[in-house]
Amino acid sequence: MAKVKSLADLKKLREQLQSKLELREKGQDPDSRVQIKVAMATCGIASGAKTVMEFLSEELEKRSIDAMVTQTGCMGYCYAEPTIEVKLPNQEPVVFGYVDNQKADEIIEKYIKNGELVDGIIPKNYNSIDN
Amino acid sequence: MAKYKSHILVCGGTSCQSSKSLSIAESLKVELAANGLENDVQVILTGCFGFCEEGPVVKVLPDNTIYTKVKSSDATKIVNEHIVKGVQVKSLQHEKLNKKQIRIALRNCGVIDPEKIEDYFARDGYQALGLVFNMGAQVAITEMKKSGLRGRGGGGFPTGLKWEFAHKNQSDQKYVVCNADEGDPGAFMDRSILEGDPHSVIEAMTINGFCIGATKGLIYIRAEYPLAIERLKIAINQAREYGLLGNDILGSGFNFDLELRYGAGAFVCGEETALIHSMEGDRGEPTVKPPFPAESGYLGKPTNVNNVETFANVPVIYLKGAEWFSSIGTEKSKGTKVFALAGKINNVGLIEVPMGITLREVIYEIGGGIKDGKKFKAVQTGGPSGGCLTEKHLDTPIDYDNLIAAGSMMGSGGMIVMDEDDCMVSVAKFYLDFTVEESCGKCSPCRIGNKRLYEVLERICEGKGTMEELDRLRNLSHVIKDASLCGLGQTSPNPVLSTMDNFYEEYLEHVKDHKCRAGQCKALMHYVIDAEACVGCTACARVCPVNAISGDRKMPHVIDAAICIKCGACMEKCKFNAINIQ
Repeated sequence: MAKVKSLADLKKLREQLQSKLELREKGQDPDSRVQIKVAMATCGIASGAKTVMEFLSEELEKRSIDAMVTQTGCMGYCYAEPTIEVKLPNQEPVVFGYVDNQKADEIIEKYIKNGELVDGIIPKNYNSIDN
Repeated sequence: MAKYKSHILVCGGTSCQSSKSLSIAESLKVELAANGLENDVQVILTGCFGFCEEGPVVKVLPDNTIYTKVKSSDATKIVNEHIVKGVQVKSLQHEKLNKKQIRIALRNCGVIDPEKIEDYFARDGYQALGLVFNMGAQVAITEMKKSGLRGRGGGGFPTGLKWEFAHKNQSDQKYVVCNADEGDPGAFMDRSILEGDPHSVIEAMTINGFCIGATKGLIYIRAEYPLAIERLKIAINQAREYGLLGNDILGSGFNFDLELRYGAGAFVCGEETALIHSMEGDRGEPTVKPPFPAESGYLGKPTNVNNVETFANVPVIYLKGAEWFSSIGTEKSKGTKVFALAGKINNVGLIEVPMGITLREVIYEIGGGIKDGKKFKAVQTGGPSGGCLTEKHLDTPIDYDNLIAAGSMMGSGGMIVMDEDDCMVSVAKFYLDFTVEESCGKCSPCRIGNKRLYEVLERICEGKGTMEELDRLRNLSHVIKDASLCGLGQTSPNPVLSTMDNFYEEYLEHVKDHKCRAGQCKALMHYVIDAEACVGCTACARVCPVNAISGDRKMPHVIDAAICIKCGACMEKCKFNAINIQ
């Protein structure tokens, strides 16, 4: 691993990674890539986030959907765990709560495939600071 | 790709449901069908929007129009005007729902992959460190002082000042310590930060090391947090690989590295001197301050101890400036505070709100109100060291000083909401039980005093308390507060004192009338069958595990109080609401 030597290096690295992250989010073909984040803090895992994450990765591959499933920290909606955030290409991310395998299946079939929303959306209730 | 042209989101949160949001959704569907739009517009139920006082809330996508206080009869208007003609219904429209939460410490939680340093880089990760190297230690400390950041572990000591003390003390070796020994019952802010954004803490500790001249950092974390430990380890290794920990960081000539130390889960080790002793391998017992750790801490060297959430705020302060940070919050408490919202509340969760927000906003707008529509009674903040805030404090702005003035404290950020079914004497007893268990036993006021307090509370809950004991409870509490060595003992009577101040009538009822209005104290309650309502179905008698209920078929039954163990099984079973608690 190349060591970072200066603030300038760090800034360069950020530019590169930001475009890489964008690529990861949007994909080569911005119309095809779906990005899913699963809240995997202790609370999420305790309510079954791991199972759902595995289910999502496997099923998306089986159903030939070009998607990226990543883990992330606590989104704060503990009452609705497990929670996942789904970002369809060129759309605002949507958070779903109470996601078990059945719900995940519904989300893949209805939302990811057809853009049709399903019950159980958690509206984002905070502002984050812009970096 | 999208099949539907637009969506109507209807809040299905508990609070909006109780104001009939479900029937709004139904009416909307009916109206859409009447206009032949059921295949173009979809009605969706969502979780809480967090504006429950303005509820029920309806949002129309894709134009993001928000309607509040919507009634079922408004469905026609929304469909005919907005959906069909594309004209927003002005009378229901809400300009912009101001989000109450601002995420600073939690800025990356739930956004980045905590196991990828690259994600953190893309969010300006480690840039603040570079900036601090350029500005130099002295300027960086001044900037921290200007920001007004205060310790988020509970005490609220100004962070910049703490850094300055450690900076000024000369020594061949100094240490930076992160206090991740989160022990308050019901609190999980620090765990969530470490699990969701470990690099922010690592970066902040490195910054802190540079500012005070320490080359070594230690994170004291409880062994009960395995996932946080695992993610910290991954993060530390990644930072080392990129040269952000180790020698000559970012070409500055500054060396710094981190080590993890595991705590065994003793509450007292959250106190900084006890924490340091525990890390040294000694018993986790506090010692008298001064000397403060800034003077003589870990291995007798100057040490700066900060809490996880405090550290998580640090990189942002340098990235966005002290002025920006101090523009948020109240005069003496700047920035935001993370709270773990729990108890009898609809939206249990992790929230981050600006200092100065009121309890009412937290409970009714973010928390979605009290569960099952019950009546709000109190909020416990500050854990075993804090106190209860009541209805009269609902509109007090939350900050360090106001909470202390109200007889509680900020604490690390646990916020437990209680409703009319909670007995305040039992609540005080619960926290005392915790402190008795967690007292290290070093000083007698805490070791013996808290035990005696607990015994008195136990007697009161059993209906055996006397008026003299109520006075003794208060006196003893003050003695413990005044005479204890460390923060644990100095604050442990707070739950007793604040419940006595705010709910003295409940104490009186327990002592004089032998009554517990919340029906929590088993010894004080009696199950009684209402002879008029009882139809003699025998269901209760059959379910009673100790055969305390007798009576002939189709005749009113009776409970023998001498045998009854107050398990409540009969009350649950009765279909005629004939069994009451007295």
